[in-house]
Amino acid sequence: MGTAPAGPTVLERCRTGIEGLDNILDGGIPRGNTVLVSGSCGTGKTTLSLEYLVRGALAGERCLFLSVTEASRKILQNLATFEFFDPRTVEERKLVFIDVPILYEKLGLSKEELSSEDVNLLVLAISRLASDMGVQRLVLDSITSVCYRIRHEENIRDLILKLGKSLSDISCTTLLVSEIGPAENRYSLYGVEEAIADGVILLGNQQRRGDLLRTLKIIKMRGTTHSRAQYVIDLTPLGILLAPFLKGGRSGDGL
Amino acid sequence: MATANPVDVAEHLRNLPQGGALALKMGGAAYADNYLAALAAVLRDYAMEVDGYSIYVSITNPSLLVNSLLTSLDIPADRVFFVDAISHIMMAGQEKIPNASYVESPTMLENIMLRVEYFLRKSSAARKIVVLDSVNSLSIHNDAGILSEFFHIMVNNLKSRGITIVILAVAEEMSPEMDNILSLVCDDTVVLKATGEAG
Repeated sequence: MGTAPAGPTVLERCRTGIEGLDNILDGGIPRGNTVLVSGSCGTGKTTLSLEYLVRGALAGERCLFLSVTEASRKILQNLATFEFFDPRTVEERKLVFIDVPILYEKLGLSKEELSSEDVNLLVLAISRLASDMGVQRLVLDSITSVCYRIRHEENIRDLILKLGKSLSDISCTTLLVSEIGPAENRYSLYGVEEAIADGVILLGNQQRRGDLLRTLKIIKMRGTTHSRAQYVIDLTPLGILLAPFLKGGRSGDGL
Repeated sequence: MATANPVDVAEHLRNLPQGGALALKMGGAAYADNYLAALAAVLRDYAMEVDGYSIYVSITNPSLLVNSLLTSLDIPADRVFFVDAISHIMMAGQEKIPNASYVESPTMLENIMLRVEYFLRKSSAARKIVVLDSVNSLSIHNDAGILSEFFHIMVNNLKSRGITIVILAVAEEMSPEMDNILSLVCDDTVVLKATGEAG
């Protein structure tokens, strides 16, 4: 008697804890994936990333937020306005905030331009930090700000490839926040990031008859079947909520 | 379709399956009386009897006005949350009520759904009733295509979760398209007649 053929492997999921998002991701982000969260300013990138970490911390996972441009103190002040946030996650170090400029300083990365060696040093430092702390969820806000200091495309490619691989090796699911202009027809500033990342979640502002609706779309997500529809999101004190984008009306240009 | 006196509306709601949808049409001739009677029947007689919380989607009148009517109808204000999609577009005063969430325009239909969802999650009550006031007001700001989609998604979503929904309408001002969509999504339709009004 032959053995029944094994079914397709179902990858373990990292539930974001944002119910609507998990639903359209068929259960969550495949664990260990590196996902680009792209959008122009005010579209909810940081809020989504923070909720992802807080929900993870509340579920007992170790979470790390690496902030490049905004001081952690200010981010925490904003976070306190959300009802889903529990300050104990920070007190118990389930949720840890680190300002990347401090990391730069410690690593001696004071030059305006990061060389190939500097990129390696940064990747190593972040990977070690994540590994030593047992981090399961990591957010880098933003990858665009880190890339500003990298002139060569191959170094940007190297940064994302190596960082993604080292974090995936420790089963850490990573969100890289990517800042793009309002009318750009791509998902990252340099065009490299979106090709290397395992997934792209695109946040935007969609204009419809003069109303500006915050939208979300999954562009790609390796290892899962996902929705390709557009959703409207609302950043409520209880967290991010999703509803289907209604198609009955005329839609204008995406902003 | 049934014709009912105000006192019978709560009875219709009691007879709906949990997660039922009721279209409550009011005759235009005695609209003011009917409107108050509808509020009393749904928010007081039915919702309070089942110890439920109501989420009132306010598109016809600002939540401030409806909220002030609650007191005169002996409805505790802390039992009703408002999703107000008309105050902002009316550029009505800045006075806001704490139990309301404001949507900028009645054309932002997805945001109306999302604020309803917000209050559904916020309240831990076992029974919740969503009241949408009204189909006619939404029709002023939205075309039939997108409204049909809105009702189809919203009503079915609420029904599947066992949440009762009441949709208010002015009977004489209904377009055939909206009549059709209400017939499709609602389990029961009641035409409300004020006591003494010819049926």
